[in-house]
Amino acid sequence: MSRQELLSPEGLRIDGRRANELRRTVCKQSVLTQADGSAYYEQGNTKVLAAIYGPREPRLRSNTLNDRAFVNVEFKVAPFSTNERRKRSKGDRRILEIASAVRQTFESVIVATVYPRSQIDVFLHLLQDDGGNVQACINATTLALIDAGIPMTEYICACSAGYIDETPVLDLNHTEESSFETPDLTIAVMPRSGKVTLLQMESRLEITRLEDTMLLATEGCKQIQRIMDSVVRENTRDLVEKYGQ
Amino acid sequence: MLRSKSYMKKTRKGNVVRVVTEHYLRDDIVCSVEKCPNCDWATLQEAQGDSKFTVPHPVLSSTPRQTESFPVPTLVVPDTNVLYHQIDILEHPALTNVVILQTCLSELKNLSMPTYHRLRNIISDPDRHFYVFSNENHRETFIERLKEETPNDRNDRAIRRAVQWYNQHLSQTNRYPRQIKAMMLSDDADNRRKATADGIPNASVMDYLQDYVEYPELIDMVSQASVGNDKGDQRVCYDEHLTKLQVQSGLKSGKYVQGTLGISTHNFLEGSILGSVDGETRAIVIIGRSHMNRAVHGDVIAVELLPRSEWQRTPTAILIEEDEDEVEDDTPVEGTAGKTKQTSKGTPAKKAEEAAEVGEAKPTGKVVGIVRRNWRPYCGHLESRSVRSHTQAAGSQSVMFAAMDKRIPKIKVRTRQAHQLLGQRIVVNIDSWPRDSKYPLGHFVRALGSAGDRATETEVLLMEHDVPYQEFSKQVLSDLPVEGESWVVQDHHLEGRVDYRGLDVCSIDPPGCTDIDDALHCVKLPNGNYQVGVHIADVTHFVKPDMHMDKEAAVRCTTVYLVDRRIDMLPALLGTNLCSLHCNVERLAFSCVWELDPEANIVQVSFSKSVIRSRNSFTYDEAQARIDDQTLNDPVTLGVRSLNQLAKKLRQRRMDQGALTLSSPEVRFNLENDSQDPVDVEMKELKDTNALVEEFMLLANISVAKRIYESYPDTSMLRRHPTPPPSNFEWLSQSLRENGFELNSDSSKTLSDSLDKAVKANDPYFNKLVRIMATRSMMQAVYFCSGTLPPEDYHHYGLATPIYTHFTSPIRRYADVLVHRLLEASINPQAPYIPMILDKSRMKDQSDTLNYRNRMAQQAARSSVELYTHLFFRNKEVYEPGYVTRVLQNGFSVLVPKYGIEGFVYAAEKKVAASTEILVYDPSTNTLNNPETGITITTFAPVHVRITVEQEGLNGLKEGEGAGSKRDANATVKNKEPAVKNDEPTLREKMQMRLVTPFIPGLSVQPQGAVDSKSDDTATTTPPTATTTTTTTTPTTTAAPTPAANGESKATSSKKRKTKKPKN
Repeated sequence: MSRQELLSPEGLRIDGRRANELRRTVCKQSVLTQADGSAYYEQGNTKVLAAIYGPREPRLRSNTLNDRAFVNVEFKVAPFSTNERRKRSKGDRRILEIASAVRQTFESVIVATVYPRSQIDVFLHLLQDDGGNVQACINATTLALIDAGIPMTEYICACSAGYIDETPVLDLNHTEESSFETPDLTIAVMPRSGKVTLLQMESRLEITRLEDTMLLATEGCKQIQRIMDSVVRENTRDLVEKYGQ
Repeated sequence: MLRSKSYMKKTRKGNVVRVVTEHYLRDDIVCSVEKCPNCDWATLQEAQGDSKFTVPHPVLSSTPRQTESFPVPTLVVPDTNVLYHQIDILEHPALTNVVILQTCLSELKNLSMPTYHRLRNIISDPDRHFYVFSNENHRETFIERLKEETPNDRNDRAIRRAVQWYNQHLSQTNRYPRQIKAMMLSDDADNRRKATADGIPNASVMDYLQDYVEYPELIDMVSQASVGNDKGDQRVCYDEHLTKLQVQSGLKSGKYVQGTLGISTHNFLEGSILGSVDGETRAIVIIGRSHMNRAVHGDVIAVELLPRSEWQRTPTAILIEEDEDEVEDDTPVEGTAGKTKQTSKGTPAKKAEEAAEVGEAKPTGKVVGIVRRNWRPYCGHLESRSVRSHTQAAGSQSVMFAAMDKRIPKIKVRTRQAHQLLGQRIVVNIDSWPRDSKYPLGHFVRALGSAGDRATETEVLLMEHDVPYQEFSKQVLSDLPVEGESWVVQDHHLEGRVDYRGLDVCSIDPPGCTDIDDALHCVKLPNGNYQVGVHIADVTHFVKPDMHMDKEAAVRCTTVYLVDRRIDMLPALLGTNLCSLHCNVERLAFSCVWELDPEANIVQVSFSKSVIRSRNSFTYDEAQARIDDQTLNDPVTLGVRSLNQLAKKLRQRRMDQGALTLSSPEVRFNLENDSQDPVDVEMKELKDTNALVEEFMLLANISVAKRIYESYPDTSMLRRHPTPPPSNFEWLSQSLRENGFELNSDSSKTLSDSLDKAVKANDPYFNKLVRIMATRSMMQAVYFCSGTLPPEDYHHYGLATPIYTHFTSPIRRYADVLVHRLLEASINPQAPYIPMILDKSRMKDQSDTLNYRNRMAQQAARSSVELYTHLFFRNKEVYEPGYVTRVLQNGFSVLVPKYGIEGFVYAAEKKVAASTEILVYDPSTNTLNNPETGITITTFAPVHVRITVEQEGLNGLKEGEGAGSKRDANATVKNKEPAVKNDEPTLREKMQMRLVTPFIPGLSVQPQGAVDSKSDDTATTTPPTATTTTTTTTPTTTAAPTPAANGESKATSSKKRKTKKPKN
């Protein structure tokens, strides 16, 4: 029974959070000058940089879509992102999976029909990995797309949740995620309409517990949305002030 | 709510990496003292912004205990070492209002998981007011490690900081009638000094407990682990142990060998470990105190091999009886192993030398370091000799404690209640074993009651066999259905279940059975076949994984049946009511239904969860009466009758395949209702209907085993019974040959046939006797996880089936609970997912626990019967016929069928010079001969014996003196009498067996009262002769041999161990 106690009987997790608490979330828009839009997103020790290029002419003729823009997502993991330096190949399945998850999520909110025969590039770079990569990528992309001024119908916020010792827990960090029995559920929602655009889960979770876990994750998404919204508003205010001068 | 971050470094196995994790500091962690105004509960709840968040109820009382030296109400904050060493004191109900710091808790977890669990148990008890203060996550009590500060120093500082915070926090209010203080409890002088410098109240455990005048035993319970350590090395006894680092590198390089120390049952100064010597796994013997170097039985130790010239040459064939306690406790610690061997009196050493040329030398070694201590609480008694006279009764004194388990060295205990504790069974923990102490130091934990008392002795045997016998905790009981007794099957239970309520189901059990696991039904189908159903109590409906109840059951593993008591695996509400398949109530069941053709071949089988309503609960006799009474033709009777016929066919087929009918002399005690004293003993009898139930249970178990193995080939919980090696049957075969029978043990089939043929027309018991002996030659059946062994090893030898499991008794066996879960998962894809059933390593761990608990439960049951046998024979003198079961050089064992007891009758050779030996051992025929009368004692020979129980007085002192004088008188005589054992047996009763017929002068006793008393006189006036014998009972030979866990049967059991490998 030497398994690590992820949730103490006192109700604290290994990093001192309670079950329903997010990690410290910090984000910033317009961090890169070259890109059309960019954002830096930090949730606990997971740090992601997102850069948007476009809409622009498609690189490949085959990617040209006549009625809407083509969304291209590239996700890269920095070799220094984990404590053991490891280079990942481009074809890494998990990396491709995350990229395609992000692409699918945003295809439903980007108003792509405004830009026919063009391409929108989303470049994501994971600088530091402490669990919850998918949610961090999605949230960073939302901020970067807003920064780039690409029309979207709504925010997309993502959050993960798991289930430890009969308790749903919000926002798993790396230690919690890598534990053998913890199910890891990531949900991406449009907070205003409440629509779910992505739902993925690893490991097993009893069906009766799914609802609780999803509810908690959705609650987390709303909290994240509030944080992101204030950042967006502040950034916009800054811009307005700059232009006003 | 503030969240800040800090970084912690961790290293992982292999390469050292820096792991950065977040560490949030909070300001919503409360002091948890009642009515504390600084921790405003309502605002906290608001701050949380979550209506679901419930603020925990304050744990600590606002009026904690105040003592003379701490005249203010004081909260106690123990440091890590206090938690670790003084857990026994913390468990004492007198201590309340204790703050456990998170720092200490996590340190403790690294030190010892069992202690951690014990502490967690205390914390979860609301009456004890133990509060865990998460100081590491508290904004004001978290501290960073300073440069040049060791982690230990940092933790000590964190403890002091937390205590300081508590005092500041509580001083900010005057709401309490009396100022509450927090006090650090620590035995670390340096830490206390620093605390005093900072103005933090502190005390050592000893000082603090001085004020608990109403609980004098608390002082005795103080562990000496940290108390006596700072004494100088005046007289160093033992070599220093190597440091952890040295041991680890030595083990890695192969310089040292690691193993678990097993002390010999007949000589506590001889132990061995299994380890690799020159590439092969061999037993490495460790002899003598100094080589043992403070290792205790069960410890994991690092051993350095001695040079080949010092390797031990021991006889392998000779059973050394007399080694037992020969090395007296006053023997100084020897310098080398060789010397110790010689001091263990004459004969064995001599024998060893004689045998030197024959046997290959055994590697010997010495302990250089302890990898892990495996100390547990020990039951035993204080040695009366070590207790000083009454004059100093009030003061505390050092006394010697002797454990029941003879493999454990004597333990030095400080106590103030030595005189009260004399003659009592007490529990003692080992604290430490400093270099300059010959014996380990320990502390008193609690008294169980006076020795010889039935209840006390029962508790002792439960403890010694590590049976968890406490009442179920509140947490466990809270997992029971809320309806309690009035729980009934309702419509929603029917979902996913087959409704068998219309079937004529009945159960057949022994009389007085309250936990009915199984019920049966049988219906004739239109096509001439039979539908037979076995319905097993659906325990897993109530016991879900992750429940406290399940965790408790996984630890208990089995219900333990003692003569007068049953230690349940599951709370009684389930075991004897809700799960038990009583008649005329609807119950949930797990059913296994076959279609059998009239020849009892399986046409098809199906498994399902179901609901049944048993029509009748029969006893074996009632069921038999139903079968026999031809006038009854109701459906239940018809069903039982067809079952009986099918069972006979099944049984015949099993026999043809080579299943064994084994036997054991099991006994039942008839207890007097009020006093629970045994008034009569009878053999357990087997009836036809026993076999009926058994047959179908076997069929169900086999069918289920096949099914779960098909679905979960890697993680099924199965049961196997290995084929015994032919050597196990050697001497039985030889003994039978002398009686004119052949034993063919090539396969279970041939063995079964030879057993059938071993019948003496004039002696009906003979066959049973042979079967009992055969049973003892068997291996032990064990649980295992299917993925851990190749399929060839799944074989069950005794039942002659390739695969087997336990499915039919989930109320009393945890293995069956697991099998139920496996089976449910395999038949029902909708079943809730249970991670454990796919986790091979957890299954394997569980099977190890199951096997351990099972073995212990059997031994406990055996010891319980033994205890009752003693009670039964107390003040009695019984003459009974018996059979010689085993002839050895120094005597022979006799089995008395009527009472199912076995005792050892010693021959004379150990007591007197060889020329006057009454019985001479003849190794070629394995017999004992009396040259004077020409009488020969052979195996299976019928004899008459006298059985008595000697009250080996509870007055230890007197006995000890008597023994001492006896020894002086016969200083040169090797004496098997209590004298040698010092005061060890003074708290025991011994059963004694003496030979009556055949009459051998000097050995036999006269059967009549008057003559008898005379012979008693002679026995006591003459120097002790061979006629008095220590005996032991082996009532249920199905049980495993007790490896002298119960010290008193050691003499004979050590011998039996070599001959008897009983099967279960």
